[in-house]
Amino acid sequence: MSDAAHAHDDHGHHAHPTGIMRWLTTTNHKDIGSLYLWFSLIMLFTAGSMALLIRSELFEPGMQLMHPDFFNQLTTMHGLIMIFGVIMPAFTGFANWQVPLMIGAPDMAFPRMNNWSFWLLPVAGIMLLGSFWLPGGAVAGGWTMYPPLFIQGGVSYDLTILAVHIMGLSSIMGSINIITTILNMRAPGLTLMKMPMFVWTWLITAYLLIATMPVLAGAVTMLLTDRNFGTHFFNAAGGGDPVMFQHIFWFFGHPEVYILILPAFGIVSQIIPTFARKPLFGYASMVYATGSIAILSFIVWAHHMFAVGMPVSAQLFFMFSTMLIAVPTGVKVFNWVATMWKGSMTFETPMLFAIAFVCLFTIGGFSGLVLAMAPVDIQLQDTYYVVAHFHYVLVSGALFSIFAGIYFWLPKWTGHMYNETLGKVHFWLSVIGMNIVFFPMHFLGLAGMPRRIPDYALQFTEFNQIATVGAFIFGFSQLIFLVLVLKTIKGGAKASDRVWEGAQGLEWTVPSPAPYHTFETAPVVK
Amino acid sequence: MTKHAATTTQNKVERTGDAMKSMWQRAGVMGAAWAASQSALAEYAYNLQVPASQVARDVFHLHNLIMLVCVGIFVVVFGAMFYSLFKHRKSVGHKAAHFHENTTVEVIWTVIPFVILVGMAYPAAKIVIEMKDTSNPDMTVKVTGYQWKWGYDYLNEGIHFYSTLATPREQIDGTAAKGEHYLLEVDEPMVVPVGKRVRLLITANDVIHSWWLPAFGVKQDGIPGFIRDSWFTADKIGTYRGQCAELCGKDHGFMPTVVQVVSEEDYKAWVAKKKGSAQAAAADNGKTFETAELVARGEKVYQGNCAACHQANGMGLPGAFPAINGSKVATGPIADHIKVVLNGRPGTAMASFAGQLSNADIAAVVTYQRHAWDNKMGDAVQPADIAAARGGATAAVAPAAAAL
Repeated sequence: MSDAAHAHDDHGHHAHPTGIMRWLTTTNHKDIGSLYLWFSLIMLFTAGSMALLIRSELFEPGMQLMHPDFFNQLTTMHGLIMIFGVIMPAFTGFANWQVPLMIGAPDMAFPRMNNWSFWLLPVAGIMLLGSFWLPGGAVAGGWTMYPPLFIQGGVSYDLTILAVHIMGLSSIMGSINIITTILNMRAPGLTLMKMPMFVWTWLITAYLLIATMPVLAGAVTMLLTDRNFGTHFFNAAGGGDPVMFQHIFWFFGHPEVYILILPAFGIVSQIIPTFARKPLFGYASMVYATGSIAILSFIVWAHHMFAVGMPVSAQLFFMFSTMLIAVPTGVKVFNWVATMWKGSMTFETPMLFAIAFVCLFTIGGFSGLVLAMAPVDIQLQDTYYVVAHFHYVLVSGALFSIFAGIYFWLPKWTGHMYNETLGKVHFWLSVIGMNIVFFPMHFLGLAGMPRRIPDYALQFTEFNQIATVGAFIFGFSQLIFLVLVLKTIKGGAKASDRVWEGAQGLEWTVPSPAPYHTFETAPVVK
Repeated sequence: MTKHAATTTQNKVERTGDAMKSMWQRAGVMGAAWAASQSALAEYAYNLQVPASQVARDVFHLHNLIMLVCVGIFVVVFGAMFYSLFKHRKSVGHKAAHFHENTTVEVIWTVIPFVILVGMAYPAAKIVIEMKDTSNPDMTVKVTGYQWKWGYDYLNEGIHFYSTLATPREQIDGTAAKGEHYLLEVDEPMVVPVGKRVRLLITANDVIHSWWLPAFGVKQDGIPGFIRDSWFTADKIGTYRGQCAELCGKDHGFMPTVVQVVSEEDYKAWVAKKKGSAQAAAADNGKTFETAELVARGEKVYQGNCAACHQANGMGLPGAFPAINGSKVATGPIADHIKVVLNGRPGTAMASFAGQLSNADIAAVVTYQRHAWDNKMGDAVQPADIAAARGGATAAVAPAAAAL
């Protein structure tokens, strides 16, 4: 997509490097946005292949394809890569491309740091993936890295800790960049309460990242010193406590959940008004709801730990605070439905993904509410019900919003319209496949199938087989998406500047494809 | 194990004895009836397992109530959305309205969910308090998670034993037909009397495990170095099955929890039998065995405790678990070999077996390892040697209690 953009780079400030050096040294927000998105797509196929291996092993009871330890490596790496290598980089890619375009800024505030925060990611990715070939294989202790299990592993565990450090560093630098850009580089007249929702959600997400990534870094550093330097932070025999790790980890981990979903809220809040041809309903309450969710996310962490055993008072506190999150989340869903209400809707692929997002993310929200009830959670903690829950939130939530955003902005980025038929085929196969994989997992969890097991009792067979079939439908239909993106970059119908009839905002005032440099003179808003 | 399979499918739901028919319980019964009628159609389970304790029954009803509320809200909200999708589309000529806020509506849909949540929180809080009240037990059992088995200590009776997966390796590898309770069967289940309040003290020896029995509504992580508690009172005689619920390494999927609920008399008989076999086991520690006896006994101990990592063929798993066949330890000095088994290797998955196995068992397994495969050392280790290696202290039959 950036080759097309590059053609417009005729300003001739100075000679640009070409070939690989162009990408290694680029400080352009559009180039870096594309790099993030391509990295994310490659990692999606990598971690997705792991998911298909997992589902293949689980197609029937018994150990068929792999050793249990390798199975655990796959589940662990699938989780780590999907979170840190797919969803987070994709949203950062959107932020790089769209934040300057949406606020009328020429680039990000710190372009060189922007380059650095991207190029750290492939390094971390290679460290993670490379650990499969180390003695003992990759990490197998779960993406949550709970000690003492995580203390037992080999050298790949240390490598993973360092990779997490590097990814955290990348996220923190990216967040500093985004916050500074949004707070200092908005076009004249674009007050905070006039900012597009996507910009708002990313501003709040960036604060969450800065607040929580150092906490994760602290937790994994303690793991590293426990493993290598004889400390006993998490070892009861030395006066430590394994549960302390879980508290620290989830103090990062729960805001992380919202880091993975708030930008999705932002993307969907851009798309639904566009295709309903009607302004976003309750803009102010959307902003306040996003802020409330972010603040509440810091006081709910121990709902991931109900089965650990806490005093009654703690159990009740975390149950009530978790349930409270349903209120602002509900407000968002109601506002999206109210935006569609009495609109003049059309159903292009971005809108289809956005509607599927609202509907299916809400299913994930409801299963989250069920899990928030501490007594019910005792039955469902660490079962496939939880697996179903977070995949509804992360696949039909975060990932679908990413697809929606790509279809929405791809014409602006490449200057070409994508193939609508192909887009719709991709949508329907994805939405059907996704539900076939993950809906039966609710029943598996209720019936008592634990998560992270490579083999299962006979009564779980049928639903596992259904899920595996769905996984292959869902997985292979993503190849359609790859073909569609490549085709759109190469050619296709010329996209107009506005692209969509109902599109509102500064990004639609620049030509399609967006020139290499935009808004060198700041636009004035109203 | 027995014919009473509590965990297989959802075929009937307990609906009797609900004296207190509060609103949420009635809703729960409706949901349960719906779930039961659904599962009658096919061999699928759509809901939580059939409860076999009051706590599990309360959780079952609470879950049904919440599901009904969620389904209700879902139908209303997405009914409105799908109505809009069909009526308010450009292709049917609908013109977009321009409203974009309405404070009254926004306050209403903030307050109503809040009220519904309070209505859910009240019954849930009552159950949390009920679950957490572990006072006045009739008996107490300490449960210890190991990689990968459960240890049970009956503190009042002084009984101690381990409970290991009983499913044969051939069934897992697919060379034999899978049995009815595949992966949910153990060599020795936990045995408790029906209708007695059992307090569980749950801990772990190596990594975090989680003792889960769905039919009783008990799931509690076992944390090495700490003791947590939980409780249950089983309603009915039968065998109830669950699994470890916290990722604990390679064989996490292969350490089921099985509880056999028996009558008071059967329980007493079981206690007497266990005490008798404990005395026999203690006597073994003072005996001197023939080498062949040690090898035969050691092979069984090896299969139960070592083969999960080091493999039945002694070859281990390269990179993860070292081989014993041809290893320096198993072909070197006996004293060093015993030391590794007794003390483990700190910082690795190799646990200390000093607290887990009796002197006779350690002597047998060390002898077996030195005889098996290509090792063929030809020497033998007696229980007395192990006692000496322990520093002269006589090994307890149930020494796990001392491990904490």
